[in-house]
Amino acid sequence: MPTVAPLDLEGHCVAAVFLGDVPHFALADGAIHRLDNGHKTVQANDGLLAAFHDAANDRLITGGEDGKVFAVKAGGEASELASAGRKWITSVAAGPQGAVAYASGKTAFVRFADGKIKEFAHPRSVEGLAFSPKGMRFGVARYNGATLHFPAAEGKPVELEWAGAHTGISFSPDSAFLITTMQENALHGWKLADGKHMRMSGYPGKVKSLSWSVKGKWLASSGAPAAIVWPFASKDGPMGKAPLELGTRGNTMVTCVACHPSQEVTAIGYEDGMVIAARFADAKEVLLRRPGKGAITSMMWDKEERRIVFGSAAGDCGVIDITA
Amino acid sequence: MSDAQTQIPVTVLTGYLGAGKTTLLNRILSENHGKRYAVIVNEFGEIGIDNDLIVESDEEIYEMNNGCVCCTVRGDLIRVVEGLMRRPGRFDAIVVETTGLADPVPVAQTFFMDDDVRSKTKLDAVVALVDAKHLPLRLKDSKEAEDQIAFADVVVLNKTDLVTPEELEKVEATIRAINPAARIHRTQRAGVALGEVLDRGAFDLSRALENDPHFLEAHDHDHDHECGPDCDHDHHHHHDGHDHHHHGHPSDIHDVTVKSVSLRGGEMDPKKFFPWIEKVTQMEGPNILRLKGIIALKGDEDRYVLQGVHMILEGDHQRAWKDGEKHESRLVFIGRDLDAERLRKSFEACQAA
Repeated sequence: MPTVAPLDLEGHCVAAVFLGDVPHFALADGAIHRLDNGHKTVQANDGLLAAFHDAANDRLITGGEDGKVFAVKAGGEASELASAGRKWITSVAAGPQGAVAYASGKTAFVRFADGKIKEFAHPRSVEGLAFSPKGMRFGVARYNGATLHFPAAEGKPVELEWAGAHTGISFSPDSAFLITTMQENALHGWKLADGKHMRMSGYPGKVKSLSWSVKGKWLASSGAPAAIVWPFASKDGPMGKAPLELGTRGNTMVTCVACHPSQEVTAIGYEDGMVIAARFADAKEVLLRRPGKGAITSMMWDKEERRIVFGSAAGDCGVIDITA
Repeated sequence: MSDAQTQIPVTVLTGYLGAGKTTLLNRILSENHGKRYAVIVNEFGEIGIDNDLIVESDEEIYEMNNGCVCCTVRGDLIRVVEGLMRRPGRFDAIVVETTGLADPVPVAQTFFMDDDVRSKTKLDAVVALVDAKHLPLRLKDSKEAEDQIAFADVVVLNKTDLVTPEELEKVEATIRAINPAARIHRTQRAGVALGEVLDRGAFDLSRALENDPHFLEAHDHDHDHECGPDCDHDHHHHHDGHDHHHHGHPSDIHDVTVKSVSLRGGEMDPKKFFPWIEKVTQMEGPNILRLKGIIALKGDEDRYVLQGVHMILEGDHQRAWKDGEKHESRLVFIGRDLDAERLRKSFEACQAA
């Protein structure tokens, strides 16, 4: 039976992650809580808006209302990486070789590991940021499409056009596909080899959470009463194929998804705070946490594939142990 | 849970550079009313704003899928409101200050079109600051100045000390002609009572048409004359005597393309009226900036109130008709290229037999 170790905090949890093996919870007020032989706290941004788990460096990158970017490491060390003035930092991402990207208004910045910073101006706001898993390349979600930059080289960016407001962005683990979330209730995708479009629509709500399964064979998404899981194993991605619908519930919406690190299983968090796990092969479900006070906003599996850390919009966070 | 939260009221301040937005904003922030505001500005102006919570954002007009004007929203507001509402304990209300050239429609539509924004906030009113001296010039050189007035619930006619009484009359008549439904306040140094610009509930169907007894007396309105809905205005022609249904050119400074169409009728047949208003907003949506109405439905004991922005239409039963209250229907459209005669005829055709 799964057991839940709750951690009741005050406020909206932006990110719940493992750093080292320690559960960390980044709250909207900029406090980073952790369960490290007791409940401890360190302060990052004055108002935290965006967070990205930098798996390669075992750290959490955060951006906030104070226009600053922090790196939080296991053990509670929070250090300022960059500052971009008085505008909000609305998106952050981490890439290869210790590079970090962040967005402020219409500008995307890349900070390299040596501290050097490069600016990428855009005609419209930079809504979302993501590095490609391969090569020094990052993508910007923007109005009417996405832009790919190659920050280590000089040269023109690649523009990918699709009408509408693109708010979030993610590369597939093999870098073959680029997916954006949209202001409309849809995902858009490009096959990067030939620029072919993929339109994934039919969601009743906005898609705010995406998670790639092991080896990028599936893409799980929120925005519906079920986790919508698109097949990406074939060369052309999900085109012409129906997605899986896992963990369908009648009275609430999926707000967060997190795929298992090695199996074709996803954790699914709902608006009412419930968490389940569902298997792709047979849609079998296991209840992991009963409904709580707020929508699930963030989840992550640990390396041992034994625990899931989760955060909620109301602050009722915790750690689920699925083996206990 | 988000739905357990009360919706935070949002006031939108529009107006040209120099009209007095910052002055009014600073009064809102500094007066002793016990409320805390989060302020969203486009750029920090030269005059400082004294507030703990100021967010600078770039105006981002996002057209949705089909490029229809009715579906444009302000992308930056969606993002900022989402961020602010993650820490709701810091403020009681939000003020959005737009740039002088801003189109107020996408700002307002954001609060109706986006589910996340709509669940956590509610648009309270759109307030337009107008510079009495420079408005004539503004109307000549920009569509935005006209749109801001046409779209406003409250017009603060500021800097009245810089014009003669005659000029002021003309400017006010011009504003009236563009937007007969707005409340107009003449001020110097944006010295309007804050109760006249805050907590207006202008988009709240249960209040919208209550707090302004003139509201639908549009074409007969005269600022010197307080009157109820049943007052017979025939004796009170506008000083410039413009046509009630066409609102052509009430004065020589009037360079406007917006007009209002005020309709009045008896009890409506719901089977005719609802399909008609749906069709009008579908077909004419891009031309309609605002619409407001009180409808008497045949066989219904309640007043039915309506308000709309482009194609967005909201309607609800408001309250029972009072004893002795005349069961009549009134509807005002403010927009461009509206065929007043066709609207009037088709509206009247919806009346119950």
